[in-house]
Amino acid sequence: MATEDVKLIGSWASVYVMRARIALHLKSISYEFLQETYGSKSELLLKSNPVHKKMPVLIHADKPVCESNIIVHYIDEAWNSSGPSILPSHPYDRAIARFWAAYIDDQWFISVRSILTAQGDEEKKAAIAQVEERTKLLEKAFNDCSQGKPFFNGDHIGYLDIALGSFLGWWRVVELDANHKFLDETKTPSLVKWAERFCDDPAVKPIMPEITKLAEFARKLFPKRQA
Amino acid sequence: MANDQVILLDYWPSMFGMRTKMALAEKGVKYEYKETDPWVKTPLLIEMNPIHKKIPVLIHNGKPICESLIQLEYIDEVWSDASPILPSDPYQKSRARFWAEFIDKKFYDPSWKVWATMGEEHAAVKKELLEHFKTLETELGDKPYYGGEVFGYLDIALMGYYSWFKAMEKFGEFSIETEFPILTTWTKRCLERESVVKALADSDRIIEYVYVLRKKFGAA
Repeated sequence: MATEDVKLIGSWASVYVMRARIALHLKSISYEFLQETYGSKSELLLKSNPVHKKMPVLIHADKPVCESNIIVHYIDEAWNSSGPSILPSHPYDRAIARFWAAYIDDQWFISVRSILTAQGDEEKKAAIAQVEERTKLLEKAFNDCSQGKPFFNGDHIGYLDIALGSFLGWWRVVELDANHKFLDETKTPSLVKWAERFCDDPAVKPIMPEITKLAEFARKLFPKRQA
Repeated sequence: MANDQVILLDYWPSMFGMRTKMALAEKGVKYEYKETDPWVKTPLLIEMNPIHKKIPVLIHNGKPICESLIQLEYIDEVWSDASPILPSDPYQKSRARFWAEFIDKKFYDPSWKVWATMGEEHAAVKKELLEHFKTLETELGDKPYYGGEVFGYLDIALMGYYSWFKAMEKFGEFSIETEFPILTTWTKRCLERESVVKALADSDRIIEYVYVLRKKFGAA
């Protein structure tokens, strides 16, 4: 839809920005990507998201939409006739997708991040164990939601795939840092296959960040790793 | 929907459960209320919410829906013929979701810490809470309801906390009516609705409950 005025304020390295980008790609929406510089916030970002001052912010016809999962909902609703639906159509399936997306952000991710911020081996081991446990739940959630199909959403990428899939790059960085595999053929066989399919999807592949670049960025973000 | 079986596992003081009760009442949905103490992990609670083991849990024809805001969306989608809770316009819907998330992610923490903390921490928490009240009042502006002319999603999201306002005021040592008159007018408008009044716990009973919780938290 060439006549639409769509801008996305974000950063190449952000999990949350990636969600918005994947959703836009799924709907074949062309957009202007306005990259923020690490360490400073643009005037446009501060004006568009005065409450949280965080990216991503989607600006559609001059109206700002904030928070990645809310943006994905918005894209699905505003462009509901473009491409397949991102959210499931049935109310119960939608509720389940929203539940697990909230779990990923509020529970699972906090454990993953705590590996990078852990002080000392004991704390790190505890964080790893917690991620293991929570990832097992996601493996089960995948099997329940996908019903034997390739994605959480069924035949094609949907809301929950975006919510978790956007973490895959960072997840790999954390695995390298912890020297521990979470996505593993034995422990999480379904998620391993799903991750491969997700990363290979044309809506994802062009914007999946390089692991080496992310790892470099992580060293900048969490300098304590040097100690 | 004929032969619908709707059960709500809830605990009387829960601001989250109060939201779900309001939404069900707004839609005219009949349901069975099951008082469920979240500190006592009953087999039903564990079965229906194995991840969080928290209330409220909405059980519709045997299937559980957890998390109050997710429940509100579900109720709105399933009983879509009754008065809508969320706006239909995608942008307005995104605004409603944004502010509801603000309430749960930002407002919630200081809203209970204001009666659970003391000293320097308490002062910081009170300041933060007042800032959030101001932000929410500013967002309301001169509209009768958060969604505009009609009561809806964001009104339900914030009125769920109403029963706790008195406790916040008491332990925070401030007056909502004095500091946030526009918000106060809005609460009075919402309290004209039977769906709201019936869903809310008594504020004085909440204060009694807070005294019990403060002992648990070591704030007494």
